[in-house]
Amino acid sequence: MHADRLSAVFGALADPTRRAILARLAEGDRTVGELREPFPVSQPAISRHLKVLEGAGLISRSRRATARLSHLEAEPLREATHWLARYQAFWDERYDQLDELLASLQTTQQGGNP
Amino acid sequence: MGTTSITAEPGVPIIDITREFDAPRDLLYRAHTEPDLLVQWLGPRRLTMKVDRYEVRDGGTWRYTHSEDDGTEYGFHGVFHGTPSPEGMVQTFEFEGAPGHVSLDSLTFEEHDGRTLVRARSVFQTVEARDAMVESGMERGVNEGYQRLDEMLVRLAAPVG
Repeated sequence: MHADRLSAVFGALADPTRRAILARLAEGDRTVGELREPFPVSQPAISRHLKVLEGAGLISRSRRATARLSHLEAEPLREATHWLARYQAFWDERYDQLDELLASLQTTQQGGNP
Repeated sequence: MGTTSITAEPGVPIIDITREFDAPRDLLYRAHTEPDLLVQWLGPRRLTMKVDRYEVRDGGTWRYTHSEDDGTEYGFHGVFHGTPSPEGMVQTFEFEGAPGHVSLDSLTFEEHDGRTLVRARSVFQTVEARDAMVESGMERGVNEGYQRLDEMLVRLAAPVG
C-alpha cells in the first residue's frame, strides 16, 4: 500500500464519527441524511466527514434519483489493518516472551535465590 | 498479561508502544539490559538471538544478531545516549541491512503497585522510513501472529460487519 494512501486511511480512521459512519455503511449504502441521524452534528459536518472518507478511498459515492448514496469500500481498510497487525503481532510475541521471562525470574527470586 | 498498544499517527515519523507488565521496574530494567535475559525475549521465537556487546552506559555501544536455522543473520546495532537507569534509557537503533537508517528509541519504566508500565518511543528520520520499518522490517517471526491478525481483523471489522 502506498505510504500517502496509508496516511490518508489512518487520518480518516482517526476520527470516531468517521469510524461510526463506516460502521453504518457496513450495513448497506446510505444517504447523507440517513448517516446523519445518530450523530449530534449538522449535515454539512457529515458531508465533510464523507469527503475525507472518500479522499482516503474508504467510501465511494453515487446518485440514486435525487439522493447521493455512500458506499463502503472495504479493501483500503483491510490493507491498513493488515499493515499494523503484522507489526502488532511482532510486538505481541516479543512481549509475551518477556512476560514469561519476568514470571520465571520472580519465581526464582521467591525461591530464595539472590 | 497486558495488551500492547501501538500508535503510529499519520504524518509524524514516530511510533509509540506501551505495555504493562506484572513485575517491578527493576526486573524490567534487568530484562532490558542483561544480555543473558535479553536473548530470552527480544527476538522472534523462531530465530536465535546472540548479543555481541551491550555496553550499558552513556556512549556505550550495543550489537546483536538474530539467526535463521540456515545460518542467515540479521544484525542490529546502536549507541546508548545518557546513562541508562531503571527510570529509562535512550539509544539509537540501526538494522545492518539498511545502513544509515537510524531510529532514536526511548524507553521509560513506570512502576505502580508492583506493576510496570513500559513506554517505548521510536523516532525515525522520515515518515517513509517509519512506514518501511513497519511494513518490511517486522515481517519475520509472526507465524503465530497471523492468528492474532485474524482476531484483530475481526475486532476492527466487527462494527463494519
